[in-house]
Amino acid sequence: MRHFPRTPLAVATAVATATLLAACGSGFDDSDDGGSGEPSEASGGDTGEPASLTVMIGSSGEAETVAVQEATARWADETGNEVEVIPAQDLVQQLQQGFAGGNPPDLFYVSPDRFRMFAEGGSLYPYGDQIEDAEDIYQSLRDAFTYEDELYCAPKDGGVHALVIDTEAWAAAGLTEADYPQDWDQLASVAQTLTADGRVGLAFTGDYNPVGSFMLAGGGFFVNDDQTEVTADTPENLATLEYLEQNMDAGSFAFAPNIDAAWGGEALGSGKSAMTIEGAWIVGALQNDFPDRQWTAVPMPAGPGGQASTAFTNCWGIAADSENQAAAVDLVNFLIAPEEQQAFAEAFGPIPSRAGLADWNAETFPEKAAFAEGMETARSQVAVPGFESVLADFNTQLEGMAAGTVTPEQALQALQTNGEAVLTQE
Amino acid sequence: MTATVTRDTPAGRTRPVRRRPVSGYRLQERRAGWLFVAPAVIVLVVFLFAPIVMAAWVSLLDWNGQSSPFSGEAEFVGLSNYQSLLADAGLLRGDFMLSVRNTLYYVLFNVTGVVVLSFVLALAVNSYVLRGRSFFRTVFYFPAITSSVAISVLFLFLFQGSGVVNVVLSWVGIDGPTWFTDPRGVLHIVLGWAGVDAAPGALADTTVGGLSLWNWLSGPSVAMCALIALTIWASSGTFMLFFLVGLQDIPVELEEAAAIDGASAWQRFRHLTLLLMRRSIVLVITLALISSWQVFDQVFILSQGAPAKTTLTPAYISYVRSFGDGQFGVGAAVAFVLFAIIIVLTLVQRWVGRERRA
Repeated sequence: MRHFPRTPLAVATAVATATLLAACGSGFDDSDDGGSGEPSEASGGDTGEPASLTVMIGSSGEAETVAVQEATARWADETGNEVEVIPAQDLVQQLQQGFAGGNPPDLFYVSPDRFRMFAEGGSLYPYGDQIEDAEDIYQSLRDAFTYEDELYCAPKDGGVHALVIDTEAWAAAGLTEADYPQDWDQLASVAQTLTADGRVGLAFTGDYNPVGSFMLAGGGFFVNDDQTEVTADTPENLATLEYLEQNMDAGSFAFAPNIDAAWGGEALGSGKSAMTIEGAWIVGALQNDFPDRQWTAVPMPAGPGGQASTAFTNCWGIAADSENQAAAVDLVNFLIAPEEQQAFAEAFGPIPSRAGLADWNAETFPEKAAFAEGMETARSQVAVPGFESVLADFNTQLEGMAAGTVTPEQALQALQTNGEAVLTQE
Repeated sequence: MTATVTRDTPAGRTRPVRRRPVSGYRLQERRAGWLFVAPAVIVLVVFLFAPIVMAAWVSLLDWNGQSSPFSGEAEFVGLSNYQSLLADAGLLRGDFMLSVRNTLYYVLFNVTGVVVLSFVLALAVNSYVLRGRSFFRTVFYFPAITSSVAISVLFLFLFQGSGVVNVVLSWVGIDGPTWFTDPRGVLHIVLGWAGVDAAPGALADTTVGGLSLWNWLSGPSVAMCALIALTIWASSGTFMLFFLVGLQDIPVELEEAAAIDGASAWQRFRHLTLLLMRRSIVLVITLALISSWQVFDQVFILSQGAPAKTTLTPAYISYVRSFGDGQFGVGAAVAFVLFAIIIVLTLVQRWVGRERRA
């Protein structure tokens, strides 16, 4: 073994290195042509060439995955394109990987709190002007996906908070339908009535979402309308938190974790609370986990600022880097058409994003009507990038408030300071 | 790996390194050597060193994770991510200091607990009196091969307010806490029993990194204690194997000789076994220390930092800041500070545990 043949050695090393480098570097090279927001020339829908679309969804379960697969298959059959549906394990993380690598899925769910991060980053293709009958979609849902006066993507469903009531406990306490609370005073008083040994009147997840809905009803919110200023430390918000604190001190309100329930639905389902505040997702959860619980949902009681709630929605985002934007827009228009939204509602329970379907929804699913009422005036979640940590800290402050170690003033001041720090960085 | 225990060979210390002109034959041999290690070296460089360098670069950027960090689209911000992490008063530094406090307690109790428990387990399954040793070895090793996700979910049920742990505690008249929602530090709870509810002035006023000494000294929260219990239980099997290997290396003759000399069982353990196990102990402490600082999955599944951020850890902050807030530069900076903490503490630990020569 005196003489090593040098050329094969060099070739082998070079090939090995090149293969490895290519394997992990492939994504970075093709990202330069994307990001412009222009529809690509090779779009399947335009040229008649069949397009192959990847659709990534954050699925709530088998029912949703199958429903999306069937709907996209119908579209694929009609148009001669191909669609692959990928239920993501962790949608945000997998999307980020796609964006960073320059090969994101063509179509994917986007939640309002991530929307602005993606829009600012130039990852979304704005197709608001190509949405068919966009006016029919609730204004509050379109607002959630509007950035710098441009609608980026089509809301696929929507919903608001409602007050969910255990009807057996309600009747047992001598209350009738006429007693469904219309305002905060009534809410506090029925909660007091419903509070019994081992059961609180009203329990909800102690995070910023239900508390945010209370703030809206109290005439305040975390941020101003165009999300450019933090409006946490205001008299309205203080009054709201004090209202919650008083009733928690009285023992008639509680955060779900403090009564050993993971969330509001579990508190109500397990009988640890007689009322809770949740969105339409509670319907399926109660049916699956607590089928014996008799319940009804009524609109949120009005506060000093009127009747209001946070709006929850997701939209069909199209990647700016997608090569099949035209086909993707066509698919979205197919999916958000009334018939398909009805099919989705029947398959796995989302509330349609179209106001035109409100009556149909209320008739077909009377138990879900309250989760769609007031959608016009609802507010979308805070979309400012970096606000996730700020609101997580506010959750901690709320925990402290429930434990009596943090005053409402301190909680709001911390939120104001932390929120301003994020907004000044923008 | 920092974990391998190396000893200076006498030869290495006495013979000075001399550079000699390399003969042709030697050169050939050296090239052959490089050829044979090339696959491993390439894999290390591409999948280990290159990502580290890339992450270091990212930690100097304001990168939102949606473009290539090397395309120049992300703004270069120098050390400002590190500055807001360590120097500027704000949410990020507050969170980070809390996470360091939490993890310090986690490391302290977890490493102590896991070393003691796995050593005891190893002694037990190594003992000649125990019947069915291989059965117990398998049983004790079982948690190590179970997925940490499954274990975490199991513990979530065990430690529920109405879960098994509290039911068992109630049998002996103890009203157990709601483990995963109780944010109080155990030291604060104990001090509360002694009547100390608020911080003494000096502790409340002195702050380190924006966190008062009173808060630094809170002890792990009740929720964190449950996490610690989980990790000790789950990782003791693996470390038991390390100890078992060490124990089996001890010649039986030594034990017998000591016994003949009249040493009691305790004396044999204290002066013979423990001394001979020194290298195993140092190794296990090092490994446990490193993995403790990186704790992530249990937090991610069980608590997401709740209650009151008492289970927040640096690795979890790195994840949330990156994927939650889209601040990948900050996330990378957290990872590098964590890296530095681990390196420093491991060096300290190895220096303390070094073999001293008479």
